[in-house]
Order: sequence, then structure tokens, then C-alpha cells
Amino acid sequence: MSIKILFEMFPIALMFASPIIIAALGGLFSERSGVVNIALEGIMMVGAFSAATVTVLLEESTVLAPWLGLAAGLVAGIVFSLLHAVASVNMRADQTISGTALNILAGGLTVYLCQIIFRQQRTRAFSNGIQKVTVPLLEKIPVLGRMFFIENYPTFFLAIFLVFFTWILVYKTPFGLRLRSCGEHPQAAASMGINVAWMRYFGVMASGALAGLAGGIMVLTADIQYTLVTIHGTGFIALASLVFGKWNPFGVLGAGLFFGFSTALSFYAKDITFLASLPGEFFYALPYVLTIVALVVFAGKSVGPKAAGQIYDSGRR
Amino acid sequence: MGYIIEMLNITKDFPGIRANDNVTLQVEERSIHALLGENGAGKSTLMSILFGLYKAEQGSIRIRGKEVSIEDPNVATSLGIGMVHQHFKLVQNFTVTENIVLGSEPRKGILLDTRSAEKKVESISKLYGLAVDPRAKIEDISVGMQQRVEILKMLYRDAEILIFDEPTAVLTPQEIHELMQIMRRLVEEGKTIVLITHKLKEIKAVADRCTVLRRGRCVGTVPVASTTEEQMAEMMVGREVNFHVEKGAAAPKDVLLRIRDLDVKNSKGLLGVKKLSLEVRAGEILGLCGIDGNGQTELIQAITGLAKAESGHIFLREKEITNLPIRERLDLGLGHIPEDRHRHGLVLDFNLDENLVLHNYMQRPFASWGVLNKKAIKDNAARLIEEFDVRSGQGAATPARSMSGGNQQKAIVAREIDRSPDVFIVAQPTRGLDVGAIEYIHKRIVAERDKGKAILLASLELDEIMDVSDRIAVIHEGEIVGIVQAAQTDENELGLMMSGSLRKTPKGGQA
Ligand SMILES: Nc1ncnc2c1ncn2[C@@H]1O[C@H](COP(=O)(O)OP(=O)(O)OP(=O)(O)O)[C@@H](O)[C@H]1O
Ligand SMILES: [Mg+2]
Repeated sequence: MSIKILFEMFPIALMFASPIIIAALGGLFSERSGVVNIALEGIMMVGAFSAATVTVLLEESTVLAPWLGLAAGLVAGIVFSLLHAVASVNMRADQTISGTALNILAGGLTVYLCQIIFRQQRTRAFSNGIQKVTVPLLEKIPVLGRMFFIENYPTFFLAIFLVFFTWILVYKTPFGLRLRSCGEHPQAAASMGINVAWMRYFGVMASGALAGLAGGIMVLTADIQYTLVTIHGTGFIALASLVFGKWNPFGVLGAGLFFGFSTALSFYAKDITFLASLPGEFFYALPYVLTIVALVVFAGKSVGPKAAGQIYDSGRR
Repeated sequence: MGYIIEMLNITKDFPGIRANDNVTLQVEERSIHALLGENGAGKSTLMSILFGLYKAEQGSIRIRGKEVSIEDPNVATSLGIGMVHQHFKLVQNFTVTENIVLGSEPRKGILLDTRSAEKKVESISKLYGLAVDPRAKIEDISVGMQQRVEILKMLYRDAEILIFDEPTAVLTPQEIHELMQIMRRLVEEGKTIVLITHKLKEIKAVADRCTVLRRGRCVGTVPVASTTEEQMAEMMVGREVNFHVEKGAAAPKDVLLRIRDLDVKNSKGLLGVKKLSLEVRAGEILGLCGIDGNGQTELIQAITGLAKAESGHIFLREKEITNLPIRERLDLGLGHIPEDRHRHGLVLDFNLDENLVLHNYMQRPFASWGVLNKKAIKDNAARLIEEFDVRSGQGAATPARSMSGGNQQKAIVAREIDRSPDVFIVAQPTRGLDVGAIEYIHKRIVAERDKGKAILLASLELDEIMDVSDRIAVIHEGEIVGIVQAAQTDENELGLMMSGSLRKTPKGGQA
């Protein structure tokens, strides 16, 4: 594999990695608070739809349209995730079932809204998504400059920022300690005066915000419009990254990059001599196969939050 | 002296049971008030109401003369009430410090100030003589230290009213002695303590007054100084209790459990058990005593298969079981009452009847052709509940989690004794049981011995070891430092051996 191809792969890999990382961070907040959120996929779809719609509708009037689109994706993600919060915190529903319901709902809801707004099963194509940037000065750094700072999507920097932000919030602040205690032992948390329901609401809403944002990023960087297959399983890959990354922000970063590169590989495999002989489908399937492998390898190892998925019952001992 | 706590006419219902029935509790300021009652009498429930975990259906609470409504633990904390729960509420993978400061953390800007939190924890722990390692994770420390963390949690919050729900059930005699002193010191400093315990000795030692509950009702409140242990026991059980175990001489036969040069690693990865050899014969009870954390847990876990043996051999009769799966060991006639009833004894989310067939659910009559026979399982539960007096709200259908601590313990003991295993590993069998239940369980263990079973009894309770065992093996730093006849020893000698200052058999000698 020539070095050149590797460098070329970077922007693409990072483009795919960013939404995976951000959505996985969302999952991290939710699971750390004790709510399993397999609805990341559905939330990403809702976020992507909202972001694409707002971008399409506003791009005539402002150049900031894609960024407003991202904001819309974030807000829509929060609102949509509230369904999951209400079901799993207030109504004590099984979190896997509630999450699955959201995933199913997302497909129908977004297509339905597309029909109403655009009279077709997809949004109209936007002319400009988020633009690549080259960072002055930093681009001059040898090697690193070419990898990260030339012609790259700024959303990757956002992802990196969010990794650090999450790490500090979850591991270095009193708030994070409380959040994690709700995911490990909610009865202990409650006995120390922590409002477990509120914390879990926060966790789910944060996952909604981040997954919604991730969906927006995905559609505005890797696509030209929102369709039913825009997200194509990225939410589940994010979920796998969360498990793979051991529920830790930096682990999530590593896992997200890994999946980003394995996706990018499918585009570049034909240029890489020793891989060219393999069928292209192999590489398209690769991220999903790796997802399954990751889930199998880590399944059953109790590295995740202990009480994730448990309905909180204050009388439980 | 006024009453600092007044709980008046409290009534609390749970599904199928009235846990507190018109209970009144009045506690004087700067005193130690004991709460005594059988397993399931409603002691923990009453204190959970005071701490805001449950809401009473009826009754009122006054703190320092003012009527209050304690909606949740926050309110309790702001009223200066702290509670050490019977089942610890600790986050396993947090450090000691994190558990203590959780909910009222020292900050540096927006960040958690771990350094000063650790310092504060260290200083409180020094002040009250509660030794903990502020940086250790809860999952790596002994039960005794976890208990101290729970106490520190209250002290960290400057609680004025301290509720201890069976704090001594998991402590060693030395630690209990220290705790008693700590309690006295706390009272001298103006704190008020409510102490739930089943150990009448402790009540005699530190409490000023004692309120007795029976089946949810208040039997009465007595001054401790002028009431004997026998009287208190009678008040609580409603009959006379025999504190001494009645048993004939042992008639030991063949060696049923043989341990040779066993090495077992502890959770820190060090050798918790070193080249240990031990034999238990049919028809005898071998007591295993030692200070908590000297290898008892590792030894028992290696025998029962919960931990791996590094090297050495374990034989059940002539069959080596050192590396067999747990299920096969059980099928070969091994039985186990685990020391941690929540982790290894029960499936808390299963019902009582299901918990009572955890080992033999797939054997007849509980299952045939791979299908469970619910009726047989229920009947089995009904029989054991009756025999062992397991009390709960909904009988066989009670979720194990909702049962009182003592009744959970009784359920495990019932299940294991009923299997009547040839080699019976019994760890802390009466932890958390009331005196009446202890009397009964001891009788049943002795009956097993008389049936010719080999019993290894580990207990931190020296009285229990001396009363029930025939021979006593003392373990110190993972080694057996001596084996003595129960009838020919006393607390002093055992104490010396437990601390490692006295050896009764040469190292590596025949045990
Ligand atoms: N959360 C709950 N749900 C249902 N029933 C409960 C619950 N908590 C307690 N009970 C029932 O209320 C009764 C009193 O329980 P409690 O724990 O107060 O007893 P206790 O006096 O503390 O006993 P022990 O000495 O065994 O700890 C028991 O029969 C128990 O089964
Ligand atoms: Mg209790």
C-alpha cells in the first residue's frame, strides 16, 4: 500500500469516523446513567433528516445553513430521545424494546415527513453540505498536517473536542461521578441524595443530542440528501464502538477510528494491490462483520456499567 | 433529656405483610438506642422510613421536637440523619473516596477535587480509628473495610443521628470491640445512635435503652442496664431461648475432605492461601477461625470452585476435585453456605421457591423431560419455609430481593442443609440471624454431623466456633497455625493464634 493512498484515505476515514464517535459518545452518556440506548440508529436518522431538511430550506437565504442544520439535528435528536427517556425512566419499560420501537419509528416518521414536505420519499438534495477545511499553520506540520489538517471536515475536530469534553465531564467532575454511580448502583446513588430519574433523563437526552448531531454530520458530509438508507447501520456501529471502546471516551475514539478506516478501506481496496483481488462486497461487509466480532468478543465481559438496562426501583435492595 | 427522634404510631405495608404495625420509637438525645427483633420483625423497614427510603402509610415523625416529613434521603441528610444499611450501598468499581464523597463532592472549579477528598477521608478515618485505604476500589477490599466505608460516609456528612443496621454482622471480634468504642466516642461528641443488632451482648455493652419488635409490632422499650440478655431474648421471641448448643461427643470416621499443599491467589493477585493442608472427617465439625482476610475466603472458594487453586490438591473422599467444575463438585456431595449471600447465595430477582431449588432444579421431581414441575418446586418451598421458619410477605412466591436480610440467610441455609451434603462447607451461617434462628440452625448443623457428614465451619464469631465445632483450625496469613480441640481451648488461646503469636503445630506438619 503506497503512502499516498494512505494519506488519501484519511479524510474519508475521518469523515466516516466522526459520526460514529459522536453517536457512540451519546451512547456512553446514556449507558453510564444506566439506560441502554439501542435507539442510536433511529435518533441518527431523525437527526439526519432534520439537518438535511433545514439545510435545504435555508440554503438560499444563508451560507450558515448546514450549521443550522446540525443544530436542528441536535435538537430533533433530543426531542426524539425523550420518547425513550419517558418509556424507560417513567414508564419502566424494557429499554431494549423501547429502543427498538424508536428505531422502527424513525424510518417511518422521516419518510412520512419527507412526503409531506418534499412530496417524495427523501429530502431534496442540498447543493452544499459541510465544507472541507484546511487549517492554516497546522497544515505545515510534517505528516500530521497531511493526515488531519489539509482538506478535512471540521466535524472531525468537533468529534475530538467532544471526546475530551466527555472524558472531563464523565471522569473528572462531580456531575460525572454522580452520573456513573446511577449506571453502576442507582440505589447507592439515591441513598446519597442523587436524583436517579433526573440523571437518567440527562443521560438519554445527551445521547439524543449527540446521536442527532452525528446523524446531521453524516448526512451533511457523506451524502447529498436524506434517504432511508443514509445512516445504514452507523448507529449500530456506534453501539459496537461503545462496547469495543469499553464505555470509555478514548476507547470510543479508537474504536470509531477503527471502524472509520475499515469503511474507507472499501473505497480504496481496489487501489491497494494485495487487496484488489478480493471482491468489493467483502469490504462493504467488513465494518459490519467487525461489529459482530467486537460484540461477540466483548459480550458477557462485565466491563460496562453494571446497572445499565435495569429498571430503577428505589425499594430494591 | 429530650427525645431527638420520635416516630409515632408508624404503620407500613408491603405486599402480603404489614412490616410495621403502629410502632412507636422514642430516642433520647446523646444515647445509644438498640432496636431488637426477630428476622423480618420490621427493624430495617422502620429505619428506612426514618431515613426517607420508604414512606409510612400512617404515623408521624418528630426530629428535635419538630414534626417533619422525610420524603427522601436528602431530607434525612439535611436533618442530620445518616444510615449504614444492612446491605451495603457501595459502587463496586468506585474508589473508597469516591463512594464517600458521592453526592457532596469537594470541587476545584468545576472539577472534582480528588486530592482534598482523599485527604478529608484520611483525616476522618484517622480521627475515628476507621482504617481504610482511600484509593482502593470497593471490589478489592474486605467486607469489614466496606463496612467502615459505609460508616465514613455518614461521618463525612456530619450526621448527628446515626443509624446502624446490623453493623457488626460482618465484623471480626476485634473490629466489633473497636466499633463499640467508636460508638461511645460518637455519643460523647453529642451524636445519637440507633443500633440494630441481633447480638444481645453488644446491646448490653453499649446501649442505653432497647426497643423490641415482634412481627411488626412494638413489644416494649426497656432500660438495658436493668434487663438481662435472657429477658430481652424472651421479649423478642416470645419464649425462652437456649444460648448453648447441646451436642454429644463427636465420633469422627474416615477423612472425607482432604486438602494438600493448597495455594490460592487472592483478589490482589498475591497468595491468600499458602501451602495449606487440612483434613475434615466424617462425623465431625471442624471450625475454621481467623481474623477476616487471612485466607478463609480464598480457601473456601477454592474448595467450592469459586476460585482457582494455583497448585495443590483437594480430595473429596478419594476423588480429586481440585479442577472440577462447580456443578460436578456439588454432584459429588459437596455443599456450601456462602459468606456473601447476595453474590453467591441467591438469585435476588427469582422468587423464594426458585431459589430453594437452585442446585437441583433439573432433577426429579423438580423437572422431568426438561420441563420444570412448578408444583413440586412450590411444595418443596412450602416444606422448607415451614421447617426453617422463613418469613416473608408472599410465602413461596416472594421475590428474594424483598425479603429481610435474616430471612434471605435462612433460605440459603434451608436449601443447603436440606440437600444434606457429605462434605458441607459452611461460612458465616448465622450472619444476621436472630437468637431463635441461630439456636435452630446450630441444632441442624450438629444433626448433620451426627448423620456422619464432614463439616467445615468458617465463622468470624468466636462463640459460634467454640460452641459448635469439635476441633478448631486457626488460620493466619493463609496458613494453618494450629489445630486444637474445642473443649480444651479458650478465647485467649485462639486470639493469640489468630494474631500469629502462637503456633500449635509445626509449619507444614500433619494437620
Ligand atoms: N421492599 C420490600 N418489598 C416487599 N416486602 C418487603 C420489602 N422490604 C421489607 N419487606 C418485608 O417486610 C418485612 C420486614 O422486613 P425488614 O427488612 O424490616 O425486617 P428486619 O426486622 O430488618 O429483619 P432482619 O433481622 O432479617 O434484617 C419482611 O417480611 C420483608 O419481607
Ligand atoms: Mg434488617
